[in-house]
Amino acid sequence: MRIAICVKEVPDPTAVKRIDDGSHRLVRSGENTLNPYDRHAIEAAVQIKEGPAPDTEITIVTMAPESAGRSVDRALAQGGDRSVHIADEAAAGSDLLGTARILAAALKRELFDLILLGQQAADSECYVMAGLVAELLEVPCITQAASIELADGSVTVKRQVETGYDTVKAQLPCVVSVSDAINDPRYPPLPAIMGAKRKPHEVVTLAELGIDASTVGAAGAATSVGGLSKPAGRGDTIVLEDDGTAAEQLLAFLVEKKVVA
Amino acid sequence: MAGIAVLCEVQGGDVSRGSIGVLEEAGRSGAALGVPVEAIVCGSGLDDAKLAALGGFGASTVRVADDALLASGIAQPVVDACATAQEAGGYRYWMAAASIMTADAMAGLAARLGAGIVIDAVELHAEGGALVTRRSGLGDSVLAHCGFVSAVGVVVTRANAFAATDGNGGTAPVERFAPSFRAWSQAVALVGHEDAVETGPDISAADVLVAGGRGLGEASGFGQIEELATAFGGAVAATRAVVDAGWYPYSAQVGQTGKTVTPNLYVACGISGAIQHKVGMQGSGTIVAINKDKNAPIFDYADFGIVGDLNAVVPQLTALVKARG
Ligand SMILES: Cc1cc2nc3c(=O)[nH]c(=O)nc-3n(C[C@H](O)[C@H](O)[C@H](O)COP(=O)(O)OP(=O)(O)OC[C@H]3O[C@@H](n4cnc5c(N)ncnc54)[C@H](O)[C@@H]3O)c2cc1C
Ligand SMILES: Cc1cc2nc3c(=O)[nH]c(=O)nc-3n(C[C@H](O)[C@H](O)[C@H](O)COP(=O)(O)OP(=O)(O)OC[C@H]3O[C@@H](n4cnc5c(N)ncnc54)[C@H](O)[C@@H]3O)c2cc1C
Repeated sequence: MRIAICVKEVPDPTAVKRIDDGSHRLVRSGENTLNPYDRHAIEAAVQIKEGPAPDTEITIVTMAPESAGRSVDRALAQGGDRSVHIADEAAAGSDLLGTARILAAALKRELFDLILLGQQAADSECYVMAGLVAELLEVPCITQAASIELADGSVTVKRQVETGYDTVKAQLPCVVSVSDAINDPRYPPLPAIMGAKRKPHEVVTLAELGIDASTVGAAGAATSVGGLSKPAGRGDTIVLEDDGTAAEQLLAFLVEKKVVA
Repeated sequence: MAGIAVLCEVQGGDVSRGSIGVLEEAGRSGAALGVPVEAIVCGSGLDDAKLAALGGFGASTVRVADDALLASGIAQPVVDACATAQEAGGYRYWMAAASIMTADAMAGLAARLGAGIVIDAVELHAEGGALVTRRSGLGDSVLAHCGFVSAVGVVVTRANAFAATDGNGGTAPVERFAPSFRAWSQAVALVGHEDAVETGPDISAADVLVAGGRGLGEASGFGQIEELATAFGGAVAATRAVVDAGWYPYSAQVGQTGKTVTPNLYVACGISGAIQHKVGMQGSGTIVAINKDKNAPIFDYADFGIVGDLNAVVPQLTALVKARG
């Protein structure tokens, strides 16, 4: 079984995120980390390898600047066997369509049975990449998987929809994005973290993938951001650290606001 | 004239209220741009007479794809239907109200057409003869004015962004079309479905909701949430993460895929505050958040936030509320 996992590097969730006024792009110069949602996709692949398909090879695929090597290592430490890192300055500024084109081109070079993604990127909260990538690969797609089962060349997924839970079955190869409730990702042990660097890393450019640079990146973007504005906020927020009296202070606040009689 | 197509989702036999809200908003955009708006409906065994009523919400024509492959809410056959409609209609814009199916279908359509796609649009504006969305981002701290460079633009609007009215009672002609389905769209099928069962009190009607998320640690953590809810005389709500994990019933889920609630008081315990949760509860009167991570997005839209361990704060609060009687 060959599994590819698409992972994204995102700004550290603890950092204050900001969009640059000039380029209208997210400022990514601060601390970055592996998208937390993608850790669930890696764990799902590791569980397949530990369970029904021990001969599985897990490939980490990312499109990111070269500086994202640490996040790739983090993904490998969690259970990847090798990585494909698309790093090219012309990829900067890619929107969903451009990113999907790049990922699909990288995924097309090899025969993967299962392509896993996270439920969404923590920075953009877009949640639709799987649908774009599957269409470009011309393979079936199942999103927001709460469980995954593999049998006889097919994948069966339980997923939440507005009316309840669906069970959906698709032939492999298939693209699946996983819900953050599918598993509890384990933290990699120290030897795995140390060993990640020694796993095969492949860094590829757009040209090596046969991608016309004018169809991706800022040059090929299908969307444009013409300006930024500030939405109406909710108003004042009181936030306090609990020192043992927070519950009392909260109740006093609710009584004063007449929310509690 | 290259107009606007709105994918109207059928849920439980009826076009969803969210879809109707977007259809009406598309009507306003279409009027400003001087282009017609058409409704695209996919399903199986659809009732044309019922669908004609979409004319009362701004559709000039209702185009219907009726096929067994479209019965199950699988997105890829819907991509094929939309692509077939696009070939005939040459639309400049596609729109849909966010749902599990429509977001996936619009993503697939954008990829097929080489069209730009904007997710989570909260406003639509006609500017300089083109559609420009307002896309809310970074925990709703910024509105990006997002337009399209591509010939076709695809917009998925945020759940609940556009409320539906009762319409003007008008009707529109209904025309059926036959989608050409791709092989890969037929390599995926619905094999089972469990309907959400309503258990416990109706959370949409509750005056106070105490909501629990993955921060509860395990299913039994809902015990203290239930006690606090009882002390307030309210009900219990939950996030998708804990519902998917089987800790609490689906009927208590708040958010994009779950219910939309507007209680006087919403107490979020161990909930990070992802956008898909927020859209279901941001209309609440007073929002309280208890979370041990001071950077959790929920604090950005809480009125009163406590950075702390819910296992300490929740029982204290329960005791205090009970003591007031
Ligand atoms: C606040 C904000 C709003 C945005 N809104 C839009 C928008 O409306 N339309 C638009 O076209 N672009 C948008 N973007 C840009 C978009 O985030 C980037 O194009 C990004 O490269 C790809 O989309 P995503 O991460 O948002 O996808 P998602 O659909 O959120 O990502 C889902 C999954 O896709 C995989 N994935 C995503 N990116 C990569 C990658 N680089 N390498 C490998 N795997 C990856 C991961 O598994 C991830 O969990 C936005 C960006 C920001 C910061
Ligand atoms: C298409 C789509 C639809 C979705 N629909 C919905 C929906 O309808 N409803 C919904 O809720 N989500 C929905 N989601 C999922 C959503 O994006 C989040 O994944 C989910 O809301 C996270 O749930 P959570 O806050 O319980 O878990 P987490 O994000 O894991 O947050 C847990 C929080 O608990 C805190 N915590 C941990 N321990 C403690 C402690 N002892 N004391 C205090 N705090 C603690 C942590 O700091 C953390 O902030 C949807 C996602 C997608 C992509």
